[in-house]
Amino acid sequence: MLTAILAITLLALILGLVLGFAAIRFKVEGDPIADQIDKILPQTQCGQCSFAGCRPYAEAIAAGEVDINRCPPGGEATIHALADLLEVEFKPLDEECGVEKPKMLAVIDEDRCIGCTLCIQACPVDAILGAAKHMHTVIASECTGCELCLPPCPVDCIDMVETKPKPNTWRWPDPAHIDLKLGDQP
Amino acid sequence: MPLSRLSSPFLAGTNRVTLQMLQLLAALIPAIIAIVYFFGPSVLITMTLAVVVALLAEAILLRLRNRPLKPFLTDGSAVVTAVLLAIALPPLAPWWLTVTGILFAIIFAKHLYGGLGYNPFNPAMVAYVLLLISFPLEMTTWLPVANLSEHPLDISSAFQFIFNGQLTSSIDTVSGATPLDAMKTQIGLHQIPAYIFQQPVFGLWGGKGWEWINLWLAVGGVFLLYRRVISWHIPVAMLIGLSTISLVTWLIAPELTGSPLFHLISGGTMLGAFFIATDPVTASTTVKGKIVFGAGVGLLTYIIRVWGGYPDGVAFAVLIMNMLVPLIDYYTQPKVYGAVKR
Amino acid sequence: MTQKLGSFPGGLKLNGQKKRSTQVAIRKMPLSKKLILPLQQHIGEASIPIVSVGDKVLKGQKIAKAEGHVSVALHAPSSGTIIAIDEQPIPHPSGLSALCISIETDGEDQWIKRQPIKDFTEHTEHEIRQLIRDAGIVGLGGAGFPSFIKLNPGVHHHVETLIINGVECEPYITCDDMIMRERAEGILDGIEIMCYALHVKNCVIAIEDNKPEAISALELALGARPHLKETNVVVIPTRYPTGSEKQLIQVVTGKQVPTGGLPIDIGIVSHNVGTTYAIARSIKHGEPLISRIVTVTGREVEHAGNFETLFGTPMHELLEFCGTKRQPEEPFILGGPMMGYNLSGDHLPVTKTANCIIVGVDDGAKASTPLPCIRCGECATACPVSLLPQQLYWHSRAKDLDKAKEYNLFDCIECGCCSYVCPSEIPLVHYFRFAKTEIMNQQQEHAKADIARIRHENRLARLELEQQEKELRQQQRKAALAATQAAKVKQAAELPTEPQTTDSQETQ
Repeated sequence: MLTAILAITLLALILGLVLGFAAIRFKVEGDPIADQIDKILPQTQCGQCSFAGCRPYAEAIAAGEVDINRCPPGGEATIHALADLLEVEFKPLDEECGVEKPKMLAVIDEDRCIGCTLCIQACPVDAILGAAKHMHTVIASECTGCELCLPPCPVDCIDMVETKPKPNTWRWPDPAHIDLKLGDQP
Repeated sequence: MPLSRLSSPFLAGTNRVTLQMLQLLAALIPAIIAIVYFFGPSVLITMTLAVVVALLAEAILLRLRNRPLKPFLTDGSAVVTAVLLAIALPPLAPWWLTVTGILFAIIFAKHLYGGLGYNPFNPAMVAYVLLLISFPLEMTTWLPVANLSEHPLDISSAFQFIFNGQLTSSIDTVSGATPLDAMKTQIGLHQIPAYIFQQPVFGLWGGKGWEWINLWLAVGGVFLLYRRVISWHIPVAMLIGLSTISLVTWLIAPELTGSPLFHLISGGTMLGAFFIATDPVTASTTVKGKIVFGAGVGLLTYIIRVWGGYPDGVAFAVLIMNMLVPLIDYYTQPKVYGAVKR
Repeated sequence: MTQKLGSFPGGLKLNGQKKRSTQVAIRKMPLSKKLILPLQQHIGEASIPIVSVGDKVLKGQKIAKAEGHVSVALHAPSSGTIIAIDEQPIPHPSGLSALCISIETDGEDQWIKRQPIKDFTEHTEHEIRQLIRDAGIVGLGGAGFPSFIKLNPGVHHHVETLIINGVECEPYITCDDMIMRERAEGILDGIEIMCYALHVKNCVIAIEDNKPEAISALELALGARPHLKETNVVVIPTRYPTGSEKQLIQVVTGKQVPTGGLPIDIGIVSHNVGTTYAIARSIKHGEPLISRIVTVTGREVEHAGNFETLFGTPMHELLEFCGTKRQPEEPFILGGPMMGYNLSGDHLPVTKTANCIIVGVDDGAKASTPLPCIRCGECATACPVSLLPQQLYWHSRAKDLDKAKEYNLFDCIECGCCSYVCPSEIPLVHYFRFAKTEIMNQQQEHAKADIARIRHENRLARLELEQQEKELRQQQRKAALAATQAAKVKQAAELPTEPQTTDSQETQ
């Protein structure tokens, strides 16, 4: 009996030493988790998650303060990716934050623009070109579709337009939806 | 005329799952005839019972899983499982043995894993092993061939025995061991294999009757190879694996077991080599992997037969190798075109 | 001439179906009233129009210029008027539209002044390449890569062998076969020009053994050109997909193109026979690329054959010319049955990459629901690139795209051998195409997100800087104000005391 206790204790000590050594010797230097989360977020900077941009949201998730399902532009794909990264359960998108929509771009109606620069100040990625009393225009390739420019505009001249697919950005449809019409196949 | 597919290719070969299964069944016919010749018509009853129960079970399971019936019931995979199990079971196996086995195979070993293509273990072998472990007596009770040739069993008596458990004809005894069983137990009693071979249960090179069945199974296997239903890698690897280890052992310690030829044509060797280990769903898929898989089955079969606790090791060997398939597949990936040596 | 040939694993022996369209010589498709020319008929950047609506153009006139390096020019296939530069449906599996120049032909078919070159050796290799680029020549085997780029060995590479691809391994397609039979001289002219541009002497014309007439035509033409003694016709056993560039190189030379590399990395350049002929026409006759041979074949085509067709010809006109029992909007295959697309638009134009149209495929794939994968491994056995299509299928299906990339998804040439042999009739190539576009889309989104992040951070930094400057200025102003106040007080203290009468009088 005594020998058994001694043997197990000795084994535990040895293994503990090995683990401790491994923890120090093979320590992996990686990104701080907030950076990794920020890499996954779509960078729309829209604030629908109730944080002032993607970086603050990423830091809040890293600190464990909020859920991972608060990003509508990222959609389900982002929530899955975050769940995989943080090894937590997937949760469907929080309806309070918004709904998943197709990618839209802001377009300024030039006939109605009065050149007030309020939208320029609102855009989180500086995608609107213009100056006071001059025409404003959205740089389409930089617009993230965050819709933050819509409220400040006093003449409501900004519309959100769905992006038209082009042949070289077209994606093949998912075959699993087309061919396997076998009841409720996942 | 509308085109079927959204994406090319718009041509299709003639290879189909149902066709493969039908050819497999056709390849089994000569062996089934041999079994009927040596062991009586009871195997046909067992087979019919197994097929009917298999299809019924599959239909019920498909309904429960909300899958369409027609493509899956007609693909032939359940029928093949049933037929293989019926061949592996002893003749005059009671009806409840067959039913339990086939139900377990279809429900647990196939559908609960996801149905056709998703099961990691060979369903027929899972059922066989379950029955072997749970009902060892019934599973090791084989009709002696010698007796049968003197008192042939007709179909109605077979029917009665299977469903009632009673025999009306004049057979004295219905229990006996298989040749492998006899070899193993006698060796355990320190008999010499050469003397054991004199017993009436043995024939020319292997078990009486068994050698012919194995031979016809091999012929069926060659037919499948010719028709390209199976590729040569697994059967050849298994037979070579089995022959090599048995040859080496026989040369070193011939008192341990029978000759390599004995092992090749006894028990489930040929059935395993051409029909069971080659099951595409549960075997390795890469070319090198198939050779490793087959060799593993051959080696393990012999090891279990000689040093293990059961007279025949094919079923266990196949199941153990099934477990190792993902590992084998991972390490035997072919070198892709243009891959640069690192 | 016998040569030791290599081979590739897998592949298929397919029914060629070539007889139907090789009974008659190449015919000319009559001029259409309207020609629709997409600005992107090649890999790379789309061309930029240099004409406007209403302009009158002549046959062979340049109407769009190359944009960026990987691009070529576009020319009017016939004389007429530019009636539109707008979005039109293009032959693409998506069914989407793209920018096209539409020409209404005037029936005159009047050429611009052409500048044929009698002796191309009087020009430098660079000039030859620019002429080829300006002639709008792209790979006519189906891919459409700008040919001038593949005629530039660059300073780091040395070309050992030029391979002319006359293999045409896909069933139904016979345009290369016919051009080899009828225009062998032109092909050899093209070879001479290409050898000059690439500084290479050794040339191999690879032809499959199911084209005996083409083989004899080229061997005969070669016999009359003793100076091309290092050019040889090599007969290759018929097997699909030998015509694919990488597989052809493996068969002809036994070497493999390294992953992510190009054939020039192992000293090989390969061009299609049609491209070779077009190069000869452009240099020797001064004719830009304005037409190509299109095979029209299939069960439902009455007069199957090969047709010299101007680009921009609407496809349904070509099909009507051949007598097709086709309903309007009924789908047809563009390309071969193994790698082509099925399209159904009626006004889709013939482009530089349209090599074949098939209406009615024999032994076509039936519309059946696929069974689950039975893991038989036939797909891996058939794959000419030694991939594991089964693993790619499982991972593409599970949308596990990183794993799919690990299994070399982007090395897949989409030849269709795996789908062809699958007993469960799974549309494997569709899964791989889906996975590829998903991955490319993801990469684009990540790139955009990275830029958006940088812009946002810059904006925050800018606002921060403005805030700091504002505060600094405020502080400075405060300091300045305080200084002036202090100075005033000091001044007031130093002044001699005077009667305050004037002040008090002013304040009243």
